[in-house]
Amino acid sequence: MSRPRAHIVGIGESRYTRWGKIGDVTEHALACQAIQRAVADAGLSLDDVDGMASFAEDRNEAIFLAAELGLPALRFANMVWMPGGGGGCAAVANAAMAVETGQAEVVVVYRSLCQGQFFRFGNPVADAGAPTQPAPPTVQQASSLLLASMGFAMPYGLLMAAAAYALPTRRHMHLYGTTSEQLGAIAVTFREHASRNPRAVMGGRPMTLEDHQASPMIADPHRLFDCCLESDGACAVVVTSQERARDLARPPVELLASEQGTPRGYAFGPFTNANVADELYATGACEEMAGRLWGKAGLGPRDVDVAQIYDHFTGCVLMQLEDYGFCKRGEGGPFVESGALAWKGGSLPTNTHGGSLSEAYIHGLNHVVEGVRALRGESTSPVEGAEVCLVTSAACVPSSAVLLGRR
Amino acid sequence: MSERFFPDGMPPPLADATTLPWWQAAAEHRLVVQRCTACGHTRLPPAPICSECRSEDSDWREVSGRGEVYTYTLVHRPIAAGQELPFVIAVIALEDAGGVRILSNLVDVDPDVLEIGMPVELVWEDMSADLAIPRFRPRQG
Repeated sequence: MSRPRAHIVGIGESRYTRWGKIGDVTEHALACQAIQRAVADAGLSLDDVDGMASFAEDRNEAIFLAAELGLPALRFANMVWMPGGGGGCAAVANAAMAVETGQAEVVVVYRSLCQGQFFRFGNPVADAGAPTQPAPPTVQQASSLLLASMGFAMPYGLLMAAAAYALPTRRHMHLYGTTSEQLGAIAVTFREHASRNPRAVMGGRPMTLEDHQASPMIADPHRLFDCCLESDGACAVVVTSQERARDLARPPVELLASEQGTPRGYAFGPFTNANVADELYATGACEEMAGRLWGKAGLGPRDVDVAQIYDHFTGCVLMQLEDYGFCKRGEGGPFVESGALAWKGGSLPTNTHGGSLSEAYIHGLNHVVEGVRALRGESTSPVEGAEVCLVTSAACVPSSAVLLGRR
Repeated sequence: MSERFFPDGMPPPLADATTLPWWQAAAEHRLVVQRCTACGHTRLPPAPICSECRSEDSDWREVSGRGEVYTYTLVHRPIAAGQELPFVIAVIALEDAGGVRILSNLVDVDPDVLEIGMPVELVWEDMSADLAIPRFRPRQG
């Protein structure tokens, strides 16, 4: 099939810090900084940018950023309709769709998070936007469909992501004998990758499996070191057409395929729906989508040289590996324990930047950035000759993924 | 008033017109599931349309509240001031509810014996005169 292919031609990042450490720059100013750097990396000018794409109820609205950046004409502004980090790759796909259908020529995809300026994602009450309980306690009017749905989670104290994703992970352990040490192997591997990455917030903090096992329990089976970081930072990528990509500063990375996926009845996954199909419950809910992605690209798991897997929680990484077919259902534990994800010697070097567990939590758009680096040969944990990189967005929620390639 | 397990400051239920009848039944200590009157499919949380046959007609069927633990998490971070830790969030597979599961809490349970498959029963917690929350505890007897 021949069609105009979109390419990622630029990447940009602000500094990444622990949450609350960026107070001198506003979150939207940080977005502008990352966008400027991505555009400069591509060898383009902001005058060339005519589209903006984002995801997850972005506070930094494209129309305001476009004004701040002085874009001559914003032809395409778009946001993915998915909760949390599930839509990062879909935002890249939307940018590609805009480019491939002639709605824009140069689209930036961006994400900026300054948790100290708003609220910590780890502070569940603020995160869910729950009103304060009146006295005496009573049912209150939900101000949105999301909150009406969360009404069946919040009275039970299910507001924290670490607790929500613990539910499918615990069931996975029950069904398949997955262990906390196997989850720990994921965290330890990504931390090792971060040790070479100067941008990584946890780059200077080595972790052993013993450290992981000694870290405090947050929501069983999630220990502290099973949970992603809470970070301040911003990143962006630039998407344009194949034609335009040819003449630019950096080696272009091709978008081989992209998919979004919300399984039947899934809604907001473990947060709002205890009644997803039994065979779907202890999974990342990405299996159907993965099948479509492989089919579209004419590739399979064996063709992937390097992967950037959304790692909000270790268990979600493990279940995604099964969803995407890197191992069989239920075999994620032994697979990760074997060292498969390691940069050195692993069959599937994964999260070569350290991921959200050790680089920074930028809603996974930093995984797209690292995917581009991996294929340019610029990663600090480089995989020699890598031609195909899978990047995924948050699992155990409606998700998305892209396959990136370099020929 | 019933025994209390959680402090007043727990987040309140938020409801819209689709879900409010469920909470009104709960206030009367009736645990209900929504049943499609066209095809009999039961569902939770409440929804305006049957996902199986797409009928808009439904009623509410009271269930026993007996079931077993489908999955759980033992949470070590408080949601509300004065809350006892750790606390258990669990998904309960209800035994007479057409296969429906419900998210809730397990109370009066020793974390060391907590396991998937554990038989449980319903216990109501009256948060106030107008608000009752269904929770579950290990089945007794």
